[in-house]
Amino acid sequence: MLKTIVIRVALGFLTLWAVSILIFGATEILPGDVASAVLGQGATPETLAVFRHELGLDRPSYVRYLEWFFNALHGDLGVAMTNKRVIVETIAPRLSNTLFLAGYAALIAVPTSVVLGIVAAINEGKFVDRFVNIISLMTISVPEFFIAYVLILYLAVQFEVFPSLSTVFPEMDFSEKIYMAALPAFTLTMLVMAHMLRMTRTSVLSIMSQPYIEMAFLKGLTRSQVIVRHALPNAAAPIISVIALNLAYLIVGVVVIEVVFVYPGIGQFMVDGVAKRDLPVVQACGLIFAGAFVGLNTVADVLAIMVNPRLRHPR
Amino acid sequence: MKLFGYKPPLTAWVGLAIIAIFVLVAIFADVIAPYGEAESVGQTWDDPSFANWLGTDNIGRDLLSRLIFGARMTIGVALVTTILSFFIGITTGFMAAVGGPVIDQILSRLVDVMLSIPLLIFALIILSVFGSSISTLVLTLAILDSTRVFRLARAVATNLAVMEYVEAARLRGEGLWWIMRREILPNALPPMISEFGLRFCFNFLFVASLSFLGLGIQPPFADWGGMVRDNGKAISFGLSAPLWPAIAIATMTVGVNLVVDWILSINSRPSGASAEM
Repeated sequence: MLKTIVIRVALGFLTLWAVSILIFGATEILPGDVASAVLGQGATPETLAVFRHELGLDRPSYVRYLEWFFNALHGDLGVAMTNKRVIVETIAPRLSNTLFLAGYAALIAVPTSVVLGIVAAINEGKFVDRFVNIISLMTISVPEFFIAYVLILYLAVQFEVFPSLSTVFPEMDFSEKIYMAALPAFTLTMLVMAHMLRMTRTSVLSIMSQPYIEMAFLKGLTRSQVIVRHALPNAAAPIISVIALNLAYLIVGVVVIEVVFVYPGIGQFMVDGVAKRDLPVVQACGLIFAGAFVGLNTVADVLAIMVNPRLRHPR
Repeated sequence: MKLFGYKPPLTAWVGLAIIAIFVLVAIFADVIAPYGEAESVGQTWDDPSFANWLGTDNIGRDLLSRLIFGARMTIGVALVTTILSFFIGITTGFMAAVGGPVIDQILSRLVDVMLSIPLLIFALIILSVFGSSISTLVLTLAILDSTRVFRLARAVATNLAVMEYVEAARLRGEGLWWIMRREILPNALPPMISEFGLRFCFNFLFVASLSFLGLGIQPPFADWGGMVRDNGKAISFGLSAPLWPAIAIATMTVGVNLVVDWILSINSRPSGASAEM
């Protein structure tokens, strides 16, 4: 089992390395180079040369990649092109804001969706089940900003329970931050809950057809007893991996939500960087997002190996 | 009433009706829309009236007309992207399945790495280099989205590639391209059709999200995601201006999903190939 986990973690690091090449390479594949693409057609050869030198484009790409990669390993993500500020200093507080928001949403979403999924499975086919199903189908089908604006319209404008803009500062105390970030956290919760809920429900229900469940029923246990005692432990593996996958999805969903609520996180920083075509910023943010994504996926697989005895021995 | 020999349930009819209405609106936008796409007809965020059924937007353009022209842009871009993505995905996926282990390994590992970067993040990186003109937008999204199509196409084609008739075609001396086109493609189509609907939904929402971030379809063209962005501030005055385009997006997605559900219930998907986020 340990060997399987070590292999999986090593594979995670390998993926991360390949991802870094791809993120760097994505800026290299275009015809011409970044300098002419960013400066546009009006650029004179002199400005192009200066700009290329500034970006280090006059050196071969593999040298620049290695330099960028090893600096990133040491925690140095370079300097922003537009305002010449050190990227790590700008990103660090924003990253903690984003992690706060994502963690906030996860703390609400994970318990609620697992409980609701189990409730739906217990009442399969009844009103509660259908209601939960329809609501989750709806949240999957609508764009994330739609949920956000509906929440703003009702909870911020009509009933003024929460603020519609979530500008948090480092000086704010914890409870104030919780209050300010409530609406983006609720929106994110609704975004990821549907998948987790439906997966919990289907995993529990797929186990309900097993012989040992029938045995439990024949012993005279009630439906909820059977589900909590017998079905749930066996359904844990798929549920855990779906939770981890959805947390990875949360990391991406954060980008749009942060823009809607003007939340000072890393997603908004990246979108700003793209709009200004500030490549080092975009690469740095991309690397962090991809790192979080790959990391959570690896954690999902490792947890699945640990929970499921059949996966503990590689064949 | 039957459709292609199958009887669609009520939900599928609702979905088909939604799609039909939206597509017709998109095609005949010039005829239906009461005002021009970028024509200024009133003040900022006028209330709905007989002249402007849904009111006006942030710079006084008729919201309904923008919505109608937006259908053309939003649905059009998503559709072209999906078609292109399927063309790339199916070609490479079949090639991986039929073309031997070396091609398969190269393509599969490349796709694995591409899939381990979130799609939105990858798209943002590429758009920051290329800028967002409509052609780069379509091409970028199509290439990124084709990785998902590749997975399914490869899974389906691998099952078909071991069939006797493919073996017979090989022994007959047919080329790779011929086998892909004449033996694999017709048999792989049924599962790919429902996948097309799902990928369209995904691309549709994705284009809307990018436009909402200001990085997708650029003004003066009307598109639903961009309209939500332009009118976003109106929500703090309790106005519903940004909700209309958002509702249009949601309705379209629900419509396509209803039809996809029906197609899925006709032919179940092959094992091991499920839709990804």
